Amino acid sequence: MAAGKGVKLYGMWASPAVRRVEWALKKKGIKYEYIEEDLSNKSFELLQYNPITKQVPVLVHDGKPVMESLVILEYIDEVWKGNPILPKDAYERAKAQFWASFSEDKCRDAVRKVYFAEEEDTKMKAMEHLMEIIRVIDQELKGKKFFGGESIGYLDLVFGWMAFWLGIAEEVASFKVVDSKKFPNFTSWINNFINDPLIRGNLPPRDKTLEFFRNFRKLHLASCK
Amino acid sequence: MASEDVKLIGAVMSPFVMRPRVSLNLKGVEYEFLEETFGSKSELLLKSNPVYKKIPVLIHSGKPICESLIIVQYIDETWSGHSILPSDAYDRAIARFWAHYIDDKWFPALGGIARAQTEEAKNEAIEQVFTGLKLLEEAFEKCSGGKPFFGGETIGYVDIALGCYLGWLRATEKLIGITFLDETKTPLLCHWAEKFSSHEAVASVMPETDKLVEFAKMIQAKFKAPANK
Repeated sequence: MAAGKGVKLYGMWASPAVRRVEWALKKKGIKYEYIEEDLSNKSFELLQYNPITKQVPVLVHDGKPVMESLVILEYIDEVWKGNPILPKDAYERAKAQFWASFSEDKCRDAVRKVYFAEEEDTKMKAMEHLMEIIRVIDQELKGKKFFGGESIGYLDLVFGWMAFWLGIAEEVASFKVVDSKKFPNFTSWINNFINDPLIRGNLPPRDKTLEFFRNFRKLHLASCK
Repeated sequence: MASEDVKLIGAVMSPFVMRPRVSLNLKGVEYEFLEETFGSKSELLLKSNPVYKKIPVLIHSGKPICESLIIVQYIDETWSGHSILPSDAYDRAIARFWAHYIDDKWFPALGGIARAQTEEAKNEAIEQVFTGLKLLEEAFEKCSGGKPFFGGETIGYVDIALGCYLGWLRATEKLIGITFLDETKTPLLCHWAEKFSSHEAVASVMPETDKLVEFAKMIQAKFKAPANK
């Protein structure tokens, strides 16, 4: 592997974890080469850079690979000092990391349970649980335009998947949890986020994404039987 | 530092609680250990971690910090002395990646052995634990650079992340009669495990394997008992 200088990002167009890294790179003004991966036929380079999980995103900086989107975000923030993403204060940073893990563990899991639920009973219970989770997020956003305050910060980048991919999941799996009456702060945040100039041009096309996740869900459910 | 108000809510048997304890010991920070009773949650725990209601919770001058590895990073940044995370940004990213792998993939496989409903599922989980250990052996070789710990000369982030599971790994070995840390398969990790366990910052907070075995049997019995629901 030639240790070429510069930044490369191995990704897949529909992946929220990959977009998250792209938003961070854009926020920092970092130039990078994007390499689209066909996950059903992974490239030799991707498997060389990430033989352990074989997943995207992988950021390669001067020939050295960094894996896991949240790890990549922290790495980017530490190497490129301008436009900071994470808070400087240790306690504020610990709080931010806590909410990030809430997004990755509790929220993702809760959405997955509704998304893959086939029986009505299971689905209803899963939806109630998901709404409890969204209620917590709604509370956190009270009085704020973004998690980061007036502008997009770390937690906005982390929760950003909910601003677009949750809507995709709702349509693909026929359920609705994003309710502006029940969760006014969360709903406002979604609108603020997807309309922000940092994000607006950098979301996958909706129709193509719907088709992708419809197929993905179908295949997953078939493989479980 | 003696007047610093540092409390840790936890339990002796918990590998997650062990992580901040080792970290505080490495930094020479005195703290009040508030032990939770198994089966019930204190008012302070519920107030300090309303989202997950789980241990450990570090309370520093009244401010709660939750999630074991987040607490370890907080301890590293707040107190000087022994460095837990590497100073180089790339090395830090590699350490964070391995800690994530250990928590996200490896430990759930270990836990999966006890949770397995079928023999097939149990064997699959056992295989995953072995596969993970092989990967971690290779990671150790790269990270340690011939030195005793993942962190090099001294205990670092990945040592703490993996090392705090050693008690439960050994307990599982006893419960199912399989040797996971095998000199012939992962000699570096075997040697590392001994060095880590006997380190002065670790030895006093590593739960005894036999006590963990007893504890595991007690929990299993509880879950298998007819439910009074």
